[in-house]
Order: sequence, then C-alpha cells, then structure tokens
Amino acid sequence: MKKYLWLLLIGILLPMTAGAQSAYKAGDIASDFKLKNVKGELVSLAQFTDAKGFIVVFWCNTCPVVKKYDERLVKLNEEFAGKGFPVIAINSNDKGVSPGDSYEEMQKKAAEKKYAFQYLYDESQDVARKFGATNTPHVYLLSKTDGKLKVEYVGAIDNNADNAAAADKHYLADAVNSLISGKPIAMAGTKAIGCSLKWKKV
Amino acid sequence: MKTRYLLFFLFVFVAGLGGSPAVSGQKIEYIKTTDLEKILKNKEDKLSVINFWASWCAPCVKELPHFEKISKEFDSDEVTFFLISLDFPSEIEGKLIPFLKKNKITHEVAVMTDTDYNLWIDTVDPGWQGNIPATLVINNAKKIRSFHPEELDEKQLRELINKSL
Repeated sequence: MKKYLWLLLIGILLPMTAGAQSAYKAGDIASDFKLKNVKGELVSLAQFTDAKGFIVVFWCNTCPVVKKYDERLVKLNEEFAGKGFPVIAINSNDKGVSPGDSYEEMQKKAAEKKYAFQYLYDESQDVARKFGATNTPHVYLLSKTDGKLKVEYVGAIDNNADNAAAADKHYLADAVNSLISGKPIAMAGTKAIGCSLKWKKV
Repeated sequence: MKTRYLLFFLFVFVAGLGGSPAVSGQKIEYIKTTDLEKILKNKEDKLSVINFWASWCAPCVKELPHFEKISKEFDSDEVTFFLISLDFPSEIEGKLIPFLKKNKITHEVAVMTDTDYNLWIDTVDPGWQGNIPATLVINNAKKIRSFHPEELDEKQLRELINKSL
C-alpha cells in the first residue's frame, strides 16, 4: 500500500516539477486548451479566428492583488479586444484550498465586475502547469505566428499594483502595442509580487 | 544598530510616510531596495531568515506566528529574522498595523516601500516569480543559501534553520 502511495506521490509531483522547469517564456510556443467559461461553454483559443493573439492571464476571485487589477483588466480588454488581442482570464486555484475560487463564485464575480472577456475554469490545473503559472495575476501575451501561439511576454500588468494612477511602466499594454505596430517588445519578461497559485493538496 | 534605527526613523519622517505611525508594541521599519540589498549582501557570519509576506496573503498569515515563535528560540547573535511586509502602501495604517496588534506580532516588521517589484525580485532569487509567502535562509560568510517560495509549517521552519546553522 505504501509503495502505491509513493508511486502516486511521484506521479503527482513529477509533472508539477516538470511544469515548473519548462515554464513558458518569451519565444516559446504555447499549447491551446479547452476550458469551461462562466456561461458553461467550452472555449479554446482556436475558435477566435479573427484574433491576432491573446492576453492570457491567470486570475482568480480572491487574491487581493487580482482585486487591485480588476478594473484595469476590464479596460485592457476594452482597449485591445477590438485590436485583435482579447483578454482570456483563467482561474486555476483549487476550490478545496481556496473555497472562494469555486466555479459558482467565478460566475458571481464575472457578473458583478461586468467581465466582457472570457473567464475560464481550469479545474484540473493542467493549463496552469503547462504554462508554468505560479501567481495570480500572471500574464502570458501570445501572438498567432505561422499558425502557432507564440509567447511574446510573461509577467506583470504594470509596475504599481496598489495605485493604477501611479503606475509609470505599463509592461503589458506596451508589449501589445509593440505587437500591433510591428515593433520589438522592449521588456519580454517582468516579475511582480502576487498570490501563490493555490495548488491542490496532495 | 542604534544609528540604523535613528536613520530609519529619520527616513520615515523625511519621507513623510504618515509621520509617526501608531507603533505601540510593534516596531515598523520602512525599507527600500538599497536596504534590502544590504540585508541580502550582509557578510557577517550569521544566519539571516528573511520572510516575504503580507497581511492580505492567507498562507503568509498562517505561517507568520511560526516566525514570531521560532525567532525567540534562537540567540539573536546567531540568527536574525527579517519579516518583510509587502502590504500595499495605502493599507499600512489601516490594515497592516491593526493586523500586527490583533495578532500580537512583537517582532520588528520591515515594510518594503519600493513597489516596482520587477526591480528587486531577482535580487532575492532569480528563480522567484514573486509569489508569497517566500522565505530566504542565508549566511554569505558560510555560503549557505536556500530559497523557499512556499508556506512553511513550524517544524519545517525550525528544521530549516537548524540545518543551516
């Protein structure tokens, strides 16, 4: 019995460490996924035939840093969805560890905050592992390049979580604008303090 | 050490960060990237246990009492504990200080005032993505260094320190 438990543990931990080691960075090719949105529909990136790319962001209902960025994410989607870069928010937090991040609570939050973007539930946490996401919020900007999803930028939205007006480096918006105007991205990776992604307890 | 305190209080007044915060019981320091670098580059033969946390972070709040408790078990000549708060600047008076009072945290807390996180996260550990809680155990003189970007329980923390001494 003990032997099986060890095998189980290895089976769970190995893909986790593998995921962490191969975390997506700028230049990598991302895999598409299929996740349920707050309306109960299955969504994959392939269905957005008109999009030039995606602002994929690991998100949740509960993290105070995410809450600081709620309005900013709504605005980013307003600004960039029409230009071919819609926001795709993904909640990968385990509801056992963080009950406020259940699917039902996602539906409530999406309605309350008037999310016009897709808010998807990664219940198995497979997508977070695949991307190598560790935080909320954690941004992955993707572009459609040669029929593939190329990672263009990984990291923070801007440089001031507490006060949107005081942010003077808009890393994500600058990266999207660079893509739109065909210029190289100045900062392809940044870091920010955020909530740890709430992984299922083994 | 006394000069350091004086300097910090001076900094607090000069920066006008709320004048004199209500610190009855708690010691609050306001630090910047340069202060953090000093902590990280300290060459004394002494262990530093540096915890990055915030009162808004549930797993941090869970492990903070272990740091408070275990810091009293070790000689301050042997181990220095740094509790570096990443609370939002707008919530120091309203949330952090009441939190410390309510939870009877008597250990000194250093509030990081440089909120342009991207400028200093890599100096703590290049592999760190900024998720908290995170704890760095370091003794530069002995080339001891381990980084733990996850919640530690009391036993793990005590063992980690003993192992690093």
